[in-house]
Amino acid sequence: MSVFPYLVAGWILLIGLYGMVRSRDAIHTIGCLAVAQSSTYVLLLAVGYRRGGTSPYFSDTPKSTTVVDPVVQALALTDVVVGATVTALLLALAIQLRKRHGTIDPDSLTGLKG
Amino acid sequence: MSRRLRTCLFLAAAVVLAAFYAAACTGLPHFAGLVHPYGTRAVAAAFRQRTANVISSINFDQRAFDTLGEESILFAAVLGAIVLLRRARDEREAAPAPGRVMPSTRLFGTVMLPITLLTGFYIVAHGQLSPGGGFQGGVILATGLHLAYIAADYRALERIRPLASLDVADALAAGAFAALGFVGIAKGAAYLQNVLPLGTFGQLSSGGLVPVINAAVGVEVGSGIVVLIAHFIDQAVEIESPSTQDGQRPDDASGADGGNR
Repeated sequence: MSVFPYLVAGWILLIGLYGMVRSRDAIHTIGCLAVAQSSTYVLLLAVGYRRGGTSPYFSDTPKSTTVVDPVVQALALTDVVVGATVTALLLALAIQLRKRHGTIDPDSLTGLKG
Repeated sequence: MSRRLRTCLFLAAAVVLAAFYAAACTGLPHFAGLVHPYGTRAVAAAFRQRTANVISSINFDQRAFDTLGEESILFAAVLGAIVLLRRARDEREAAPAPGRVMPSTRLFGTVMLPITLLTGFYIVAHGQLSPGGGFQGGVILATGLHLAYIAADYRALERIRPLASLDVADALAAGAFAALGFVGIAKGAAYLQNVLPLGTFGQLSSGGLVPVINAAVGVEVGSGIVVLIAHFIDQAVEIESPSTQDGQRPDDASGADGGNR
């Protein structure tokens, strides 16, 4: 079962996308986008895991300690930051949507409005 | 496109994606393998730069230029949210009425506020040694400040939150990261190259440029998130749009705000 963690990441991506397609509420859509995006954390951390490895910090462990791959962990940090800012921006858009169009159902936003 | 058709289209696409993804997974290196060439080299480079936290060494030294881009995304998103959430011409500000707070909540907030802020500073300052850094500590600082809102009320939060100077601090810290890169050029090296004295491995003053950039990022993230949350809270408690003045509140405003608090 050496591919199982990778498959879990793919499943999280698909279930998030499914939620976005079926969504009737912009806030729900944004939540599903966050779920779909979190699949990348699982994939990155699964790629970087090393058997028996600990966290890549050497402040109180000897330098010979086996650690997991720190490169993907740094990428996951970048991912979290970008994900949080995108969520904030989309939620701000959802607030404006409710104010200007009176609805946050993506299906009822059909016409352009000046 | 009808909902049914859209779902069918998605399911068809999902089956194809799942099949190709599963096939691709079998070609990946085996899970929990012992060979990580990039990881090994990054750890060795962190030892050379005398940074005990390898992730900080990667983010703020080895790929500091990428982190400059990441930090610019954060800055741009905060800017975009401020522009989107500004008060429109047909909206007016109302003074929020103070709510009743349970004494236990008030006590908890009063005790935890200084502890949380101290933890935030600790996490930022020890970014080169232990788990944490500018991004994580900045978020702790920003959210810790909002214990004042939970424990007291909106006016207490406004008193301890100098929004105008935090706006400026956000921009200055974002610029400071870019400006710190020129230290390398001034010393005849590359942009954002770690040319400061590296110090002793495992000490607070180790890592050269890493703790300095960490501090800049900590200020930028902390003030940026405070400004961001301030605009979301304003939408919920202070700004009244024409539709809310009829007595009906938009249910999404509180939902969006709650998700970000």
